[in-house]
Amino acid sequence: MAKYDMYNGSSDYIVSDELRNSVNIAIALQKPLLIKGEPGTGKTMLAQSIADSLGKNLLIWNIKSTTKAQEGLYVYDTVQRLYDSQFGDHDVADIKQYIKLGKLGEAFNYEEQVVLLIDEIDKADLEFPNDLLWELDQMSFYIPETKETVTAKNRPIVIVTSNAEKELPDAFLRRCIFHYIAFPDPEGMEKIIRVHHPKLEKKLLEQAMETFYMLREVPHLQKRPSTSELIDWLQALVVGGINPNTIKSELPFLGVLLKKNEDLDTLLNGLYKKSQTQSRTVISSSLNRYR
Amino acid sequence: MFTNFFYTLKHFGIPVSMNEWDSLLEALEAGMGGASLTGFYHLCRAVLIKTEAHYDRFDLAFATFFRNIETPEGLPDKIWEWLDKELPELEITEEMRRNHQQLDLDELKRMLEERLAEQDGEHHGGNKWVGTGGTSPFGHSGYHPGGIRIGGESQHLSAVKVAGERRFQEFRTDETLGIRQFQIALRKLRHLTTRLEGAKTELDLDATVDKTCDNAGRLELVWERPRENGIKVLLLMDSGGSMVPYARLCNQLFTAVNKSSHFKDLKIFYFHNCIYDWLFHSSRCSNDDYTDTEYILKTYSPDYRVIIVGDASMAPSELSRVGGVIEWGLYNDKPGIDWLRRIRHHFEYSVWLNPIPKEFWDWTEGSWTINKIAEIFPMEELTVDGLDRSVSKLRSKYAIQAI
Ligand SMILES: Nc1ncnc2c1ncn2[C@@H]1O[C@H](COP(=O)(O)OP(=O)(O)O)[C@@H](O)[C@H]1O
Ligand SMILES: [Mg+2]
Repeated sequence: MAKYDMYNGSSDYIVSDELRNSVNIAIALQKPLLIKGEPGTGKTMLAQSIADSLGKNLLIWNIKSTTKAQEGLYVYDTVQRLYDSQFGDHDVADIKQYIKLGKLGEAFNYEEQVVLLIDEIDKADLEFPNDLLWELDQMSFYIPETKETVTAKNRPIVIVTSNAEKELPDAFLRRCIFHYIAFPDPEGMEKIIRVHHPKLEKKLLEQAMETFYMLREVPHLQKRPSTSELIDWLQALVVGGINPNTIKSELPFLGVLLKKNEDLDTLLNGLYKKSQTQSRTVISSSLNRYR
Repeated sequence: MFTNFFYTLKHFGIPVSMNEWDSLLEALEAGMGGASLTGFYHLCRAVLIKTEAHYDRFDLAFATFFRNIETPEGLPDKIWEWLDKELPELEITEEMRRNHQQLDLDELKRMLEERLAEQDGEHHGGNKWVGTGGTSPFGHSGYHPGGIRIGGESQHLSAVKVAGERRFQEFRTDETLGIRQFQIALRKLRHLTTRLEGAKTELDLDATVDKTCDNAGRLELVWERPRENGIKVLLLMDSGGSMVPYARLCNQLFTAVNKSSHFKDLKIFYFHNCIYDWLFHSSRCSNDDYTDTEYILKTYSPDYRVIIVGDASMAPSELSRVGGVIEWGLYNDKPGIDWLRRIRHHFEYSVWLNPIPKEFWDWTEGSWTINKIAEIFPMEELTVDGLDRSVSKLRSKYAIQAI
């Protein structure tokens, strides 16, 4: 068996055994790793952690709704060339200077192996993933303008993330290793929080976590609070000098957890309507989960 | 090696392709399964499963398959032995490997069929996995991912054969394949127009060349407004009781239409069974939340593409009689069929998508009204292929008149 780098997590990122396994499988099989999960479950950060742990450079290709696959390979700046030809202070015969590599091209061009993150691939057009199949398989592409082929000197480690806004094409999925990051249970969450707030008071953490998991169970929320919101909220609670005993009853800085006005309304309506007994069951069930 | 596992996965509704199976074998050969069943589990899942929606099926399949191993941890050799005892390996030949990328479904099907034929004569009868005490994972009522019943008497059959009973279900191309395929079909519904307003942001190459030539080589860039899709869509959905069995299918279409951001305008209305004086704003069709059909006919331009989704199955009176509307407390003074004719008349580009498979149109309960309505609207079944055909009809006047 060839020797591969083994990813072992990094000090600022908590990784489950399953996820670590998937990363290592993807690295060894030299396939892209597709990561799905709720927003805030650490998909983007995983790529950073892999790069840190393996001591490699990280290249990030952020996908937007208008991103085209071609941009990841290279862009030929014809307009610049036309302009230059007008003024004659450049040698426009040298097309090379007008070819700008995209993130994928850059990753291929590195001397050492890099980690390439294709972040939020589901934002792009439906066909986008299909347009990259060949390049990701072959790890090379041809530039007709310069008659050059860009080939990866070292196959990059490719991490692809998706928030599941769109279905991804089967042909693309078949080539990936897939991992779904489940929302962390309280135990896992506590570990993640310790990374960000190592000195948190126990009582505060306990109360905040209970409230947090309770809020996540409120039905009909458009955007349930996620890890990153919890981390920010804890920060707010500490800075605001909030008494832990009041967290559950007063829900301070609620806007940090629930970012949508509709969700704040949903929650307040729910609290208002609910009979005392009902809300108690919600709280106690989340209490049980936490213990 | 463990071909059976492949079929178990298939049986539980997990679409595993040769591509992925190959990767799994490669990984196992490289020793990546680790030294425990858990490691093996994670490896299989990471390589074979492509959506969290199938994690549960995978767990079921895995549990079923490995049920007979008493102490799962730390017994890798036993696993291998046990796996080895199963049916002969599905060989991956050099040729297959070469064709790997292009291996299409028909090819795969043919291969498996050949394989199955070979196995027929020499299958390992009394296979422990299938047989023991009637606990076979196949053939029992519990779990039918495709909603297909399989008989319970599989004891004397080999696992492969049993699996063979339904393993090609997923390959049916006439089956509805979900949101993505619908989306792709809908994309063809485009008609690019030249915009009259907005910023000129696109370089017009031809005009640039012309202008620059006119200037004897002095560059002059010409910009134009990007063209956009001019297609407007009116989606009318039946939300009557008889549509309940097709809710999932209709939802997929609904989601696909909704996600298709390339339409210039998209309006959605609902009706119960047939269209009368009102089109409702929500699928509940509540009597105080509607727009007059008359209003829609007067204000929506005829170039709206109208897609009606419904089973077209109703009592004949609902379609052809004044006052035939099924709802208590409502009354229609024009028969439904008149409304349908008027809609068709006004909107040249209109189609009817029926979730009932075409082969049943002539003998289902609603066949009379289905046929009546199909005389008015071009009717297609609500499948990917049907939507595809509808879209071509919605694109050109010629195509729509040809029916
Ligand atoms: N496993 C984890 N370990 C440490 N921090 C985490 C972890 N998961 C999430 N976080 C925190 O949550 C934030 C959001 O993570 P991010 O990677 O942006 O999520 P996603 O890309 O899934 O939306 C990170 O900046 C980090 O602070
Ligand atoms: Mg992210």
